[in-house]
Amino acid sequence: MPETLSPARRALRHPLLWPVLALAVLLVVNVIATPTFLNIRIQDGHLYGNLVDIVRNSAPVLLIALGMTLVIATRGIDLSVGAIAAIAAAVACTRIVAAGDEAALSTAVMAVTYAVVVCVLLGAWNGFLVSVAGIQPIIATLILMVAGRGISMAITDGQITTVNNPYFSDLASGYVLTLPVAFILALAVFALTALLTRRTALGMLIEAVGINPEASRLAGVRARTIIWTVYAFSGFCAGVAGLVIAANTNSVNANSLGLWIELDAILAVVIGGTSLAGGRFSLTGTLVGALFIATLARTIPNIGIPSEANYLFKAVVVIAVCLLQSPRARALLRVRRRGPVVPVLAKGTAA
Amino acid sequence: MTQMDVQTTEAGVASGRGRPVIEMRDISITFGAVRALSEVSVRLYPGEVHALMGENGAGKSTLIKALTGVYSIDAGQVLVEGEEHEFHSPAASQAAGISTVYQEVNLVPNLTVAENMLLGREPRRFGSINVRAMNRQARETLERLGLDVDPASLLGEHPIAIQQLVAIARAVDVDARVLILDEPTSSLDADEVEKLFEVMRRLRDQGVAIVFVSHFLDQIYEIADRMTILRNGRLVEERMVAETSQLELVKLMIGRELESLDRLDRQGTRMASGDGEPVLRAVGIGRKGCLEATDLTLYEGEVIGLAGLLGSGRTELARLLFGADTCDTGEITVRSERRRFRSPRHAIDRNIAFSSEDRKAEGVVGDLTVADNMLLALQASRGWLRPIPQSVRTELVERYIGALDIRPADPTALMRNLSGGNQQKVLLARWLITEPEVLILDEPTRGIDVGAKAQIQAQVAELADQGMAVVFISAELEEVLRLSDRLVVMRDRRKIDERVNADVAVADVLETIAGESRVEEAPGA
Repeated sequence: MPETLSPARRALRHPLLWPVLALAVLLVVNVIATPTFLNIRIQDGHLYGNLVDIVRNSAPVLLIALGMTLVIATRGIDLSVGAIAAIAAAVACTRIVAAGDEAALSTAVMAVTYAVVVCVLLGAWNGFLVSVAGIQPIIATLILMVAGRGISMAITDGQITTVNNPYFSDLASGYVLTLPVAFILALAVFALTALLTRRTALGMLIEAVGINPEASRLAGVRARTIIWTVYAFSGFCAGVAGLVIAANTNSVNANSLGLWIELDAILAVVIGGTSLAGGRFSLTGTLVGALFIATLARTIPNIGIPSEANYLFKAVVVIAVCLLQSPRARALLRVRRRGPVVPVLAKGTAA
Repeated sequence: MTQMDVQTTEAGVASGRGRPVIEMRDISITFGAVRALSEVSVRLYPGEVHALMGENGAGKSTLIKALTGVYSIDAGQVLVEGEEHEFHSPAASQAAGISTVYQEVNLVPNLTVAENMLLGREPRRFGSINVRAMNRQARETLERLGLDVDPASLLGEHPIAIQQLVAIARAVDVDARVLILDEPTSSLDADEVEKLFEVMRRLRDQGVAIVFVSHFLDQIYEIADRMTILRNGRLVEERMVAETSQLELVKLMIGRELESLDRLDRQGTRMASGDGEPVLRAVGIGRKGCLEATDLTLYEGEVIGLAGLLGSGRTELARLLFGADTCDTGEITVRSERRRFRSPRHAIDRNIAFSSEDRKAEGVVGDLTVADNMLLALQASRGWLRPIPQSVRTELVERYIGALDIRPADPTALMRNLSGGNQQKVLLARWLITEPEVLILDEPTRGIDVGAKAQIQAQVAELADQGMAVVFISAELEEVLRLSDRLVVMRDRRKIDERVNADVAVADVLETIAGESRVEEAPGA
């Protein structure tokens, strides 16, 4: 068919339409419940307000979801990100505590570098299991999801480790140019990911492997290297997220840090419009998805949902968003509105 | 077509079996703009083995899927015992007594043989499954087919051949009147095939109509009574097997292209075979179950045509040359250096390019743009850290869109929205951009329109004139003869003939493919 669409129709077809719309609806609901919800004020040169909290709180999920987006684009999944985040926090905190000058800048830099390197290696381990050993991604990363908690418990001796380093805690609660450091950090990783995938050929090769692995192999694409790279990158993102979470409380509890965050990250990716079947991915979509999840977490207390119904409410909203995105569900809605339409029989192609 | 009708009627009367159990009349099926079947008629009589013959894309699978209710029919009728039926789903087809066993066994390996056979209709007692009755019932069916298999054993413990027979047993246990066997022998050895044929004969004698698809002509002649030959989605003829020689059959299957394409002028300055240093020399390359040890030498500026039927080893040879599959035996020398290709990547690094016959599964990356699809192989060999500069991208893509007349001429169009012929041209461009020395094209013109076909053929001739070594594979013999300087004929996974293509007659090659005058021709070749 000829592609002559009006601007309005083109906007309706834009893949970011539904996630952005869902986010807007959520904000409107909040404004109805609390008219001052969107207010932002400046205090001590920092921005304050619900929106600022939302962007700061979205940082860990956004960080992890960026790595997850690339993994999912290769037809994979990374369940170990929560555990890797806990390991990053455990490594950094024990390093800081063990250092001679606990509060020094050099201590913080050393601890953060140490933790990030460990996480990249753990991600590479996942990549090894998937690309070389040929284990299904869900199983390969499940191993580290379970073992990683044990590793971080072992690093912290099962204790809640508290640190006292102002530079480290700035990762979560600091401000630069009136904005929270955590969000700026997440945006920086977002920009890094975009550069890494769209300025090099990595993005195109990731998508090719995700869409048609056999055609890519026959075209000479080194799928093994690509897959290894995305899992290592996912490990890196999870590590940075773990540091932000630990800096927020200046402590690490290996049992609970980053628990179930992999599910939020996967949700952010899916809400952002990247298909779990692999292939084309949208980093901007993931950004919107992560903001949506952070906004949702804020909405629950704001509109007075009792904390017992917390998870149930979240589930209902997520189902609604996913249904809105599903072309088949939308087609069903249309049939209802306009009366019966003869369904088009999917025929596949000639053998 | 009237002539054909007369012939088919005669065949039906000659068999003396009265009314067909299934009659498909003038079936047409279209996919988008592609006509997969046009006005094809098939009749299946009780108690016969009916072979469905044709090359890739002839319409066999489409016809089977129409009969089993997977595809809906655009025009034509299906009569079951003389009554018209419409199959809107596989379940409706099964209810009419049509059962299918596919190439890949789709049973549950960790259930027992009996559980697999009676899955979904297990005998019950007091609400739970009566295992003893189930095993007894399964054993009776197996014995009826002459199979000695323990119904209580796990299916997965048996070799693939037995699993296939169990699948057949399951299929006929539901009182099947028609049993469709789609390439059941492709993964079986000779003894297993014999066992399968025994079961097929028993079923035939019990009055079941069996539809049999196989690429092995010898098997057709051993087991089938009647056959329907298809080509390019059309019915060629219905024949009694006993009254048709192998040569006739091959002629009917491959046929002559009726389209009048301009004869390509191949009188350019070509290197004669055997002169100069070969670009690539393969000695004794083979792979178990795919190809017996085969030699092949490629020279600059020469088109080698690989002729043979589907499953003859023509595709298998191409895949081994490219490292798409790895060789068990033999060695490949490229520019006098010995090489082992463990992956396509190794071959690409040696300037070898290969375009697969399975465009959809092994070529097209549908959700990427035309430009990305074109540049995929070049980008892959540069690695992800060295993206192709934008100016070079634009230049390459525009040049090849123009040179190959790709439509729409839009580099940002999604690959999946292009027609088959244009997709094929993009894939050709993908390899030309890598500037290969050896270009292997497996059925580059299959299923594409006449115009695109002629353009691709002209392009191949031009590339050879520029010095590229081209391996050209096609099911259409005329096309191979028109393009190639040297002809290699494959049969039964072996190379059986190689000759310089100087006025080689189609009839001669057909005879070689059919294996009728192999002995006489071998010394002269």
